[in-house]
Amino acid sequence: MWDYSEKVKEHFFQPRNAGVLEGANGVGDVGSISCGDALRLMLKVEPETDIILDAHFQTFGCGSAIASSSALTEMIKGKTLDEALKVSNQDIADYLDGLPPEKMHCSVMGREALQAAVANYRGEEWSDDHEEGALICKCFAIDAVMIEDTIRANNLTSVQDVTNYTKAGGGCSSCHEGIEEILVKVMAERGEDFKPGMPAQEEAKPAGMTNLQRIKKIEAVLESVRPQLKRDGGDIELLDVDGKTIYVSMTGACAGCQMEALTLQGIQQKLMEELKEFIKIVPTKAGALSRATCNP
Amino acid sequence: MEGIYFDNNATTRVDEKVVEAMLPYFTEQFGNPSSMHSFGNKVGLAIKKARMQVQELLGAEHDSEIIFTSCGTESDSTAILSALKAQPEKKEIITTTVEHPAVLTLCTWLEKDGYKVHYLPVDEKGRLNLDEYKKLLSDQTAVVSVMWANNETGTFFPVVEMAAMANAAGAMFHTDAVQAVGKVPLNLKDTKIDMLSVSGHKLHAPKGVGVLYLKRGVRFRPMLRGGHQERGRRAGTENTTSIVGLGKAAEMAMEAMAFENTEVKRLRDKLEAGILAKVPRSFVTGNPDDRLPNTSNIAFEFIEGEAILLLLNKFGIAASSGSACTSGSLEPSHVMRAMGIPYTAAHGTVRFSLSRYNTEAEVDRVIAVVPEIIAQLRKLSPYWEGDGPKEEAFAPTYA
Ligand SMILES: Cc1ncc(COP(=O)(O)O)c(C=O)c1O
Repeated sequence: MWDYSEKVKEHFFQPRNAGVLEGANGVGDVGSISCGDALRLMLKVEPETDIILDAHFQTFGCGSAIASSSALTEMIKGKTLDEALKVSNQDIADYLDGLPPEKMHCSVMGREALQAAVANYRGEEWSDDHEEGALICKCFAIDAVMIEDTIRANNLTSVQDVTNYTKAGGGCSSCHEGIEEILVKVMAERGEDFKPGMPAQEEAKPAGMTNLQRIKKIEAVLESVRPQLKRDGGDIELLDVDGKTIYVSMTGACAGCQMEALTLQGIQQKLMEELKEFIKIVPTKAGALSRATCNP
Repeated sequence: MEGIYFDNNATTRVDEKVVEAMLPYFTEQFGNPSSMHSFGNKVGLAIKKARMQVQELLGAEHDSEIIFTSCGTESDSTAILSALKAQPEKKEIITTTVEHPAVLTLCTWLEKDGYKVHYLPVDEKGRLNLDEYKKLLSDQTAVVSVMWANNETGTFFPVVEMAAMANAAGAMFHTDAVQAVGKVPLNLKDTKIDMLSVSGHKLHAPKGVGVLYLKRGVRFRPMLRGGHQERGRRAGTENTTSIVGLGKAAEMAMEAMAFENTEVKRLRDKLEAGILAKVPRSFVTGNPDDRLPNTSNIAFEFIEGEAILLLLNKFGIAASSGSACTSGSLEPSHVMRAMGIPYTAAHGTVRFSLSRYNTEAEVDRVIAVVPEIIAQLRKLSPYWEGDGPKEEAFAPTYA
């Protein structure tokens, strides 16, 4: 199961501004049913001021596609069209406290729907711009312009990044060479050399640690506070690590007592120092955690 | 673990009795079955018993035809690679477009080594065309690998008949029966099936143990070479505890076979009928008339599977989906695509797979919950309006 932030889950379970918007005067339809997501963004724009009075969406897609659409509508309401157009896909992802890398394309789709809806409102033909580029990824119908724009906007450095953001290259992989050529060109513009086999994502991982290293570090921190807890007749056990959320169970004298919150705060602080990243520690009863299975 | 587990084709709960049978082999009976002392001896006997329990479940003629492996995937790989090694002059493989990745990924990799792989297509109900198959069989065919039952839809392939045809053409026949074993009565001694794969964790045994059935007399080339375990056909010290567990699970599967095909099937049918009756624009994928008794794969049009699973999970219901988003790949399930299911439905397929531990109350609960979830997501879908698909078809840019 995907590692979704609480914010993503919340926007998925309680989407804002879902459904048809009566009196919409700008509509953008984007996406591709073959790869499993499609989005209609509806805007009600005040002609005198260009302010977006209301925004609604309808989305066919996974949890993060629905959450990204919901977030987008919240972000652009009350903005002028020009302000709204400055919202980048990274802004959408940030608003949701991040998306799993494989799901970044959901935020890209949101941004495109916005461009399409604004173009529609202004009476422009948005799709023309899109069809200018040569088709690079035939599996997902992604063209060169789209890939270039996304690399530029997000400072991407690897084919894997491009796939995560646009889906291009995620199918048969025969276009990887083409994507590399675009990377070479765009990275040269910003004075960088494209290095094959150097995925930026790996570097961006928290403090460059593997998950196992992270869990070992967390366990070491818990181990270091254990003697003190035991002296007070309690104990702590690591239950699960879910992205930036660390689930523990407190037992014995410290469970539920006034000191628990204080103790946890101290442990959280210590963990953040060790891991060099922001984390949240959540006390949970053992056995209360559940995970759905994937698709074996 | 609380919740309703309808994902038994992914994996199953280890039966308490299986755990009980295994426990002594972690502690008192820890010996190495190859050792020449009584510590090892007893364990050797336990493995022999497990072998006979599996033999019985498969209807194999000899217990020596049972080779214990580490999983279904290892059995699949061993079978196909052995057939190729044993007949170096033959360069063709026949399989289907809907095999499990344990077979498909291996086959596409073998193509790079110069093998010609024929992928038999399926029709809209997931059925093969045997005339087409017959035409492909030749003296160049090293091995045919066709699954007994499909893991996504439960649809059966006529493997007994296909094995006989392969045999007549001088080709070896392997079947991935990972989903069928324990649900379908088997009598391998009366078939021309040369090799068959089993995975323990699909029949209430632990994960990480499997079986390769190898008919006596079939030429074999081991994949793991080393010690003389499993008569030199699969080297490596035996996973004794899991093998004992698989033996016990096989025995229990024999006893539960009738129950799986009556009571579990009845619950599956009730679940399916209940959902179809209440959810418009939904349909069963695969061949409803010839499939596993525990599996129902339902396509919900115009919505996406991962979103369905997330909402089901909120109600404590576990199932799985053929949607692209759940697997981390970008394409919907290759099985749905092979059957020509349109994208608007393929992304919204949900597989419910039951076991003998599920109850009628659970089925009733799922029937009550699913229609709400589907309606909720369709309200969000740009393809949907009111009670049906939008009249003016939604056609997004670069669709
Ligand atoms: C049809 C089929 N073959 C093979 C496998 C792989 O088995 P294992 O997980 O034991 O390697 C599975 C399990 O998902 C399966 O459903």
